[in-house]
Amino acid sequence: MTDSKYFTTTKKGEIFELKAELNSDKKEKKKEAVKKVIASMTVGKDVSALFPDVVNCMQTDNLELKKLVYLYLMNYAKSQPDMAIMAVNTFVKDCEDPNPLIRALAVRTMGCIRVDKITEYLCEPLRKCLKDEDPYVRKTAAVCVAKLHDINAQLVEDQGFLDTLKDLISDSNPMVVANAVAALSEIAESHPSSNLLDLNPQSINKLLTALNECTEWGQIFILDCLANYMPKDDREAQSICERVTPRLSHANSAVVLSAVKVLMKFMEMLSKDLDYYGTLLKKLAPPLVTLLSAEPELQYVALRNINLIVQKRPEILKHEMKVFFVKYNDPIYVKLEKLDIMIRLASQANIAQVLAELKEYATEVDVDFVRKAVRAIGRCAIKVEQSAERCVSTLLDLIQTKVNYVVQEAIVVIKDIFRKYPNKYESVIATLCENLDSLDEPEARAAMIWIVGEYAERIDNADELLESFLEGFHDESTQVQLQLLTAIVKLFLKKPTETQELVQQVLSLATQDSDNPDLRDRGYIYWRLLSTDPVAAKEVVLAEKPLISEETDLIEPTLLDELICYIGTLASVYHKPPSAFVEGGRGVVHKSLPPRTASSESTESPETAPAGAPSGDQPDVIPAQGDLLGDLLNLDLGPPVSAPPLAASSVQMGAVDLLGGGLDSLIGDSNFGAPPAAVTTAAAPARLGAPVSSGLSDLFDLTSGVGTLSGSYVAPKTVWLPAIKAKGLEISGTFTRQVGSISMDLQLTNKALQVMTDFAIQFNRNSFGLAPAAPLQVHAPLSPNQTVELSLPLNTVGSVMKMEPLNNLQVAVKNNIDVFYFSTLYPLHVLFVEDGKMDRQMFLATWKDIPNENEAQFQIRDCPLNTEAASNKLQSSNIFTVAKRSVEGQDMLYQSLKLTNGIWVLAELRIQPGNPSLTDLELSLKCRAPEVSQHVYQAYETILKN
Amino acid sequence: MSRPSRASNTTKMIHSLFLINCSGDIFLEKHWKSVVSQSVCDYFFEAQEKAADVENVPPVISTPHHYLISIYRDKLFFVSVIQTEVPPLFVIEFLHRVADTFQDYFGECSEAAIKDNVVIVYELLEEMLDNGFPLATESNILKELIKPPTILRSVVNSITGSSNVGDTLPTGQLSNIPWRRAGVKYTNNEAYFDVVEEIDAIIDKSGSTVFAEIQGVIDACIKLSGMPDLSLSFMNPRLLDDVSFHPCIRFKRWESERVLSFIPPDGNFRLISYRVSSQNLVAIPVYVKHSISFKENSSCGRFDITIGPKQNMGKTIEGITVTVHMPKVVLNMNLTPTQGSYTFDPVTKVLAWDVGKITPQKLPSLKGLVNLQSGAPKPEENPSLNIQFKIQQLAISGLKVNRLDMYGEKYKPFKGVKYVTKAGKFQVRT
Repeated sequence: MTDSKYFTTTKKGEIFELKAELNSDKKEKKKEAVKKVIASMTVGKDVSALFPDVVNCMQTDNLELKKLVYLYLMNYAKSQPDMAIMAVNTFVKDCEDPNPLIRALAVRTMGCIRVDKITEYLCEPLRKCLKDEDPYVRKTAAVCVAKLHDINAQLVEDQGFLDTLKDLISDSNPMVVANAVAALSEIAESHPSSNLLDLNPQSINKLLTALNECTEWGQIFILDCLANYMPKDDREAQSICERVTPRLSHANSAVVLSAVKVLMKFMEMLSKDLDYYGTLLKKLAPPLVTLLSAEPELQYVALRNINLIVQKRPEILKHEMKVFFVKYNDPIYVKLEKLDIMIRLASQANIAQVLAELKEYATEVDVDFVRKAVRAIGRCAIKVEQSAERCVSTLLDLIQTKVNYVVQEAIVVIKDIFRKYPNKYESVIATLCENLDSLDEPEARAAMIWIVGEYAERIDNADELLESFLEGFHDESTQVQLQLLTAIVKLFLKKPTETQELVQQVLSLATQDSDNPDLRDRGYIYWRLLSTDPVAAKEVVLAEKPLISEETDLIEPTLLDELICYIGTLASVYHKPPSAFVEGGRGVVHKSLPPRTASSESTESPETAPAGAPSGDQPDVIPAQGDLLGDLLNLDLGPPVSAPPLAASSVQMGAVDLLGGGLDSLIGDSNFGAPPAAVTTAAAPARLGAPVSSGLSDLFDLTSGVGTLSGSYVAPKTVWLPAIKAKGLEISGTFTRQVGSISMDLQLTNKALQVMTDFAIQFNRNSFGLAPAAPLQVHAPLSPNQTVELSLPLNTVGSVMKMEPLNNLQVAVKNNIDVFYFSTLYPLHVLFVEDGKMDRQMFLATWKDIPNENEAQFQIRDCPLNTEAASNKLQSSNIFTVAKRSVEGQDMLYQSLKLTNGIWVLAELRIQPGNPSLTDLELSLKCRAPEVSQHVYQAYETILKN
Repeated sequence: MSRPSRASNTTKMIHSLFLINCSGDIFLEKHWKSVVSQSVCDYFFEAQEKAADVENVPPVISTPHHYLISIYRDKLFFVSVIQTEVPPLFVIEFLHRVADTFQDYFGECSEAAIKDNVVIVYELLEEMLDNGFPLATESNILKELIKPPTILRSVVNSITGSSNVGDTLPTGQLSNIPWRRAGVKYTNNEAYFDVVEEIDAIIDKSGSTVFAEIQGVIDACIKLSGMPDLSLSFMNPRLLDDVSFHPCIRFKRWESERVLSFIPPDGNFRLISYRVSSQNLVAIPVYVKHSISFKENSSCGRFDITIGPKQNMGKTIEGITVTVHMPKVVLNMNLTPTQGSYTFDPVTKVLAWDVGKITPQKLPSLKGLVNLQSGAPKPEENPSLNIQFKIQQLAISGLKVNRLDMYGEKYKPFKGVKYVTKAGKFQVRT
């Protein structure tokens, strides 16, 4: 007879029948009934109605029956809290049982009963079990502390269980140590302010000893705990590494990967000249490769981690390319990961092999995989220059197969190859053009159009080709439309005589008939450029493009470093820091900065809109200083599109200028008959523009009138750009924040001998997305020796890039003479928002929630302020006092503030007003993004001392 | 300032487990904390649908409130529900261990076996994991806590009313050798070792080796009384440079002397697994001559493969099978094998040829016609051949056990070592 009998039901009603059986006098019948109940539970049936009857069976000598009842209890106690109390007595009794198995069972089960009412009854039995003579009971009890903490943390603290748990780290039995570590780690996770796992060389030593002796699972807990330790010097790091290395040979892959994490982390501290460093590198390769012979699920996780490791330390696996070769029956998720790593490992030494493999993969059945393989060939071409030619010919072979998706992928990557190696492989264009008709994916179409436009002079029938796309212009995706517009303008600039009609057609399609603002803007800009100054147009549209860099998808180094610390975890599988997906976006904005390196940025000039990114969107300043000029000229003079109302008006004012001029010249230029509809659209915003702009200056008046009375502290202006560096233009300035708006107060002085006009300003991407909310308005030309003061409203909706230091702002200012660059540091308090006062309860919870290592301590010296004055001063700069407490002549202010990007900073400010000799203030700051603390402290200091 | 306690709902490790069969029925669920509704599995089903093939379901799936980490074993999905950051390998290893345990207890890991033993399954799961921490996963220990079902025992149990739950603490559980129980007694003391090597290889069209490595294991079956302390040494330990050890092995001894020294678990276990990497030359015991061609604009093609021995060290190659996933447009195949038998499944397009063993005098071959769907373009992709074979009494890497010594016990055990080489993932591209 098997257990399946327990699933059979009778007609009478199962629950009714079971109830009767549970209350039977016969032991055997009772047990059978409980088994039936459990069987129902296993398939998710609700049998909670039987609670009292099952609990009644608990008092028994039969261990199996007891276990079964306990199983039931754990499942349903929460739904029947009152009944669950009935079980308490039995637990307490069982915890005294002479049989350690029963003691352990009781302590194990009672922790699983998540009923608040019960917990306090459990404290005494638990305390006894934590000191039990039998290690099996102790190790079970250690886990129970974690369970209890989850139900009622306060109780666990009050009862001193945490200390007992810490003591267990020194237990003689390694299994107990491992469980204590596991329990403490779990508690520490939900309870970051407690300094539970305070790791020091002594405790580390204990852990390392236990590591050798405990079970595989315990080893994982201990290794993960070790990974959080920060050795004091390289010698300690090395000695820990030495003791961890044997774990690399463990049969359990999770142990291996946790050991890899510890080693990868501590290796950072070792000097590369050290012999040991080289030994360690060599030791890391075999276990990583071995992980790939395990089950596919394990392989997948291993591969995601290897992807990180290869980026961090490519030397480890550089000779192991072959193990990443794809087998045809690997699951698709393994195939795709292997491919990715193959490209990362590709080098001149192995490129021939890699290419042969990739070509093989490109004829496989699975479409996703084939596409990725084709793309990989393109990436190889870009990465390994020597192989480019071979890659191109491989791609051509693949195009000859005429398999639709292969052709399309190939064209997309060939476009990138052209970008990387200009004027080298253009001979293949003819072959590409043959496949024009078969392209049906936007990305491939856009790539092909780009190629036609870029090499228009070499393609005899370029106009015909482009014209053929124009027929269905409005049905194309934005990506294709933008590309088509640019390509035709390029064509026109190269062959002006034959293509006038075409260019007019596309301009009118883009500006008049399209609802897409990006497309319209680009259309208008081209139009105006073409009509005012064809030479400039040529310079802009046909400008030399920056070469695209080799690796386009590397993880940004700071993120990579963070992820290396999370090897083996979910974060490593998703390649995102845990804060980004466990907690959700709030308060961790900065950790999820766009994972792109500066070098990869250059691959995305607006000319070639990459996959998925609509190119007209937020104009990017190309960070390399030299490129700024080109960029300012290119597209970005208009302020950001997505700015709040203030900025919206300025967009239109930009348009006034743009269109006003354009209008005249369009009419004047006989070559260019402007369609009448365009005139009306252009005129409309022009009319709107004027009143808004005057409203804008009213606003400036207002703010300057209010002055510093209600706003936050304003530092005096300092010189940011000396005249000698800017051909006579001197710029000094400061930042202010008034009633919610940030502005940059500027003073421009013309120290040159000629008149300055046509001022424009642009910011590079910065940590908080600061961007001008309106264009720089210098109403009249600036004559020699004249000074103008103005206030540039800012917003924080610009592009974000983490800067070093955090509050660094790089600015480009242009006038009729040249473009100048300077960088300045803005005081962080201009970013403190008005609703930065946190509710008291929230404050408490948040303070607790932020891990202790995020707390930073500062001293503000010689600041003889009383508490109230300090609090008021800070409040006017949007640092709010949430609560105040006085202890022994000291005042503690609990304060909160919020940055424009939603990051909260909590502060504890200690003032000793009673003692005039102690004028130092102590400041503790807690924030989820600890990198801001230093700057917040500087803001405090500035505000308090002025 | 008193800080309020916050009742969090975090659970380290595994929150719940669902077992799902191939037709998508959830036939068992176990929750280690609160009950998570079955509906969480909908995300899994969604991913499964997208993956088309059961083997392609991604092992880690994120849902709004949980993560699902799953393995696919023996036509069953083991889907675990995770709520917080947790090492996925930890979970996957654990799930495989659960499947191993079922296999060990019930002789097979199948829906029927699990359903038939549902109470034991529940007891096992409870014993294996406590609050998300693995508790006992060693088969030796588990078997002392919960006795495996046997026909005899269930008969005895139902007569005597005794139970299948052990009522004493497993002896090995807390010693420094948790893998071995005390008081083991055998009338015949024996120690057997199986050296099993699998060749993973990719052979390209022209017959040259793209990639080859050997995955080896030494599986042991130890039935020795008392607390034997064993030393296993090799003729050529240098071959082993990438090894994973059973926890019983003394790592230091291996590092210094290249000797495997250990107190063994009782019964069957994997002593080491090792990899002889692609850097060393790996002998390839068979070769395949193949010619598979499809004619342009015609609905047929030719298929011809021949298998022959290559570096087989004078041993017989046996148990050969060839599996080929033919392209979708293949309707049927009309082939003639010179030996063995073949089948072609027109639904899955899998051709399987059971060859048997190679006799060098007459090499086995399979040739004939391939019928294609008429009008369809000729297939782009060339099918890969998947080869299986076996060579007895040979470890292809050359690994040889030198001697086995036993200390700590006085009796003389019976010792034996067996070698076998097999094909692992052995693929020939055409």
